[in-house]
Amino acid sequence: MSVTVKIPTQLRAATGGDAEVEVEGSTVGEVLDAVFDAHGGLRERITQDGDLRRFVNVYVSGEDIRFQQGLETQIDDGAEVTILPAVAGG
Amino acid sequence: MSIESLKCKECGTSFELGANYFCENCFGPLEVSYDLSELDATEAKRRIQAGSQGIWRYADFLPFEGRPGDPLEPGLTPLLRADRLAEALDLDAEVWIKNDAANPTHSFKDRVVAVAVAKARELGFETVACASTGNLANAVAAHAAAAGLDSYVFVPANLEEQKLLATGVYGTNLVGVRGNYDDVNRLCTQLAETRPWAFVNVNLRPYYAEGSKTLAYETAEQLGWELPDRVVCPIASGSLFTKLGRGFQEWLDLGLLSGEMPTFNGAQALGCSPVATAFAEGWDVCRPQKPDTIAKSLAIGDPADGPYAVEQARRSGGAIDSVTDEEIRAGIRLLAETTGIFTETAGGVTVGVLKKLAERGDVGDGERVVVYLTGEGLKTLDATRDTFQMHEIDPSLDSFEAEFRQEVAV
Repeated sequence: MSVTVKIPTQLRAATGGDAEVEVEGSTVGEVLDAVFDAHGGLRERITQDGDLRRFVNVYVSGEDIRFQQGLETQIDDGAEVTILPAVAGG
Repeated sequence: MSIESLKCKECGTSFELGANYFCENCFGPLEVSYDLSELDATEAKRRIQAGSQGIWRYADFLPFEGRPGDPLEPGLTPLLRADRLAEALDLDAEVWIKNDAANPTHSFKDRVVAVAVAKARELGFETVACASTGNLANAVAAHAAAAGLDSYVFVPANLEEQKLLATGVYGTNLVGVRGNYDDVNRLCTQLAETRPWAFVNVNLRPYYAEGSKTLAYETAEQLGWELPDRVVCPIASGSLFTKLGRGFQEWLDLGLLSGEMPTFNGAQALGCSPVATAFAEGWDVCRPQKPDTIAKSLAIGDPADGPYAVEQARRSGGAIDSVTDEEIRAGIRLLAETTGIFTETAGGVTVGVLKKLAERGDVGDGERVVVYLTGEGLKTLDATRDTFQMHEIDPSLDSFEAEFRQEVAV
């Protein structure tokens, strides 16, 4: 499945400036692994001991994956995955 | 005190001062870091006491290169003894109410917005914006208008009408988003990447949040340069709660105050209680919730500072409790009937939790407790609807006496 992953501005140094990364995967976990394979510098920034860091939010087509199955959340072809800092608001 | 850098609260990495709010290494929130070494406590106290009648009297402790300015200066709101409330709760304690509805747009958000708007001007922004549950919307629209800046205010479209009206009146671009606050917040986080705007609680959040410290400073100053034993404070994102702690700690470190940090009690609505749940379960993260409560100003299901609020409550020996919508309505009435203060639903949450603490025996005899009321009852009128009845009579003595026969019989 082809999925578009949106990268926050501050992390684009690790993607060579790209705002979006196209990868293959059928779950959020697989998609993120594919992103990390392509851009090694992102893995440590986004995950810790295999889990998302506590201030990282991941959305599939606008819905927080914590309301779904987390990293196991299934992804449809053409879906959009967005990575955002969880430190805004209030 | 001089402003030094933005520092990640998670990993400690320092970043340059600018419109930046999260750590590119670990996504942790950035916080303003100051250099305390040059600040003399006696001089600082003198500058405060000779300062303006508002939050700029605490400018030494706020994140500016120069002297901040704001035409709509908030702060120095009343701190009132609430003996009748204490009595009603059967408390043998000194209960104080910090009524922060007495600000220009009737909520504590004037503090954080005054700081954020002054910072936006210092950084050269021409447009300010925010994601809001209502009170922030009022404050951003008003302070932008006063400063002559453009503004965009994003709120859940189903907000209380009073809060929409009290925002639109200032001539802002009011955007009602079909979704809950967390949807609005996500949208604004994305917009902050593409628009050259100062989102007060996104890319300017490290500065904005510092404004909440002024509530701690004022409390201490109004108590005669002493600390309370306990504070009861509402929690939405957890920012106010944690910054109260930071404010007290800074003054302790500087020697402006002595003694122990207060016990911190947080208050949430049961219908949106991710931080209270994390506290109860012993988690160090908050599991997000879909809010369903009348306390819309606290309806943040994914609270940015939730983990730090939990840590602060634990460290201080306090707790984070939640109350039902029924308890919120009762809290509003209890406060009104014992203090003459009409608070919004968030205040009902806070008073409801104070009642819970009293019933549980958590508040010790002789303790000095400060209860933070962050908003105004007139903005959430629906919460009081049908909680009392009006006597309707004809304009005649007979009609009055028929209605009040029992009461006026002598």
